[in-house]
Amino acid sequence: MMEQSALFEYVLRMSDDSLILAQRLGEWCGHGPILEEDIALTNISLDLIGQAISLYDLAANLEGKGRNHDQLAYMRYELEYKNVLLVEQPNGDFAMTMLRQFFFDAFRLPLYEALMQSPVEQLAAIAAKSVKETRYHLKHSSEWVIRMGDGTDESHKRAQDAIDHLWRYTHELFYVDAIDHALLADGKIPNMETIQAKWMTTVTSILQEATLEIPKNNWKFEGGREGRHSEHMGYLLADLQYMQRAYPNMEW
Amino acid sequence: MVREVDILKILNEVNDPEIPVLTVLDLGVIQQIYLQEQYWIIELTPTYSGCPAMQQIEVDILAKLTEKGITNAKVKHVLSPAWTTDWISEEGRQKLRLYGIAPPVNEPNKSVLFSDPPKVACPKCNSHDTKMVSLFGSTACKAHYQCNTCKEPFDYFKCLK
Repeated sequence: MMEQSALFEYVLRMSDDSLILAQRLGEWCGHGPILEEDIALTNISLDLIGQAISLYDLAANLEGKGRNHDQLAYMRYELEYKNVLLVEQPNGDFAMTMLRQFFFDAFRLPLYEALMQSPVEQLAAIAAKSVKETRYHLKHSSEWVIRMGDGTDESHKRAQDAIDHLWRYTHELFYVDAIDHALLADGKIPNMETIQAKWMTTVTSILQEATLEIPKNNWKFEGGREGRHSEHMGYLLADLQYMQRAYPNMEW
Repeated sequence: MVREVDILKILNEVNDPEIPVLTVLDLGVIQQIYLQEQYWIIELTPTYSGCPAMQQIEVDILAKLTEKGITNAKVKHVLSPAWTTDWISEEGRQKLRLYGIAPPVNEPNKSVLFSDPPKVACPKCNSHDTKMVSLFGSTACKAHYQCNTCKEPFDYFKCLK
């Protein structure tokens, strides 16, 4: 595989993770359990959209077919999105949203930290910019996981239910295929096993402090990285893409 | 003959659309200015990745330069090195205070959970007896605070490093 196209695919996967999670968080706008949290979730969403724009710009450059970030974000079909299944899962209750966020932040932080060393200059720059924002996000989601887990019986139960439901989607965060192997061999990206080990350390220590348990069930779902999505994705895209589908090329 | 210093002087008249007391130079978002193939290139770096003010700042910079007769300018968005609140000028910090926003202070390591919120002085009465209401505020760059002495709610410009 041409290295340029492998890199395009790699960056596209990251962009889609950011965009789809941002879309989910945006659904909380006006529905947060408290005003401060409503603002927090949408602020985090905005950071992720900003990161997605930078990543899509880079992907568009690598692709070299004249597409821009808007076209990549809004004008593709479901099978062309390469985000992990975790980020497209419905918001559920606040515990479900926060656990989903925590699993993602705990993955994104070590990934960005490692990508800061990438010889792909633009990718390293995006990582260095985004890492500062991601630290805030992880602090926020970690604190909520601990508060809920080590909180009331009800909050503990909801947090544990969320973990039991989402755990099957977490393995896919560390999915690797020929694209990753090619880029890793060239020293362009970090080894996913290292990222996974760091993720596991964070998750284990936070869940322990939260008195929550890692499920024993190791059932795994994957497919997102190849464009095979869960039943929720189509509805999400119908919302996300509505304006561009109804009024192609519209601008604010 | 236009010089870099002339461009700088004009940029000092371009304000942040969200915090209009700050110029783009106070904010520290201008990285470099140079002449390349007949065009003045102005390197602009975002505060936060998703800051919606950046596009407006680009428009405002080009409009102000055009108004002053400089039509051969382009804004180039750069991410590296990443912006930090350390780049807000001393004058900028003073302007923020007068505008009612507490400027950034050094904050504890973000990997420490449940750390005490940063000690921020009230921009109205200068009391240090203040409390954080929410880590996330009206924009990505601000947190929400309240003064326990004069009771005034205020924005705090979060430290970003």
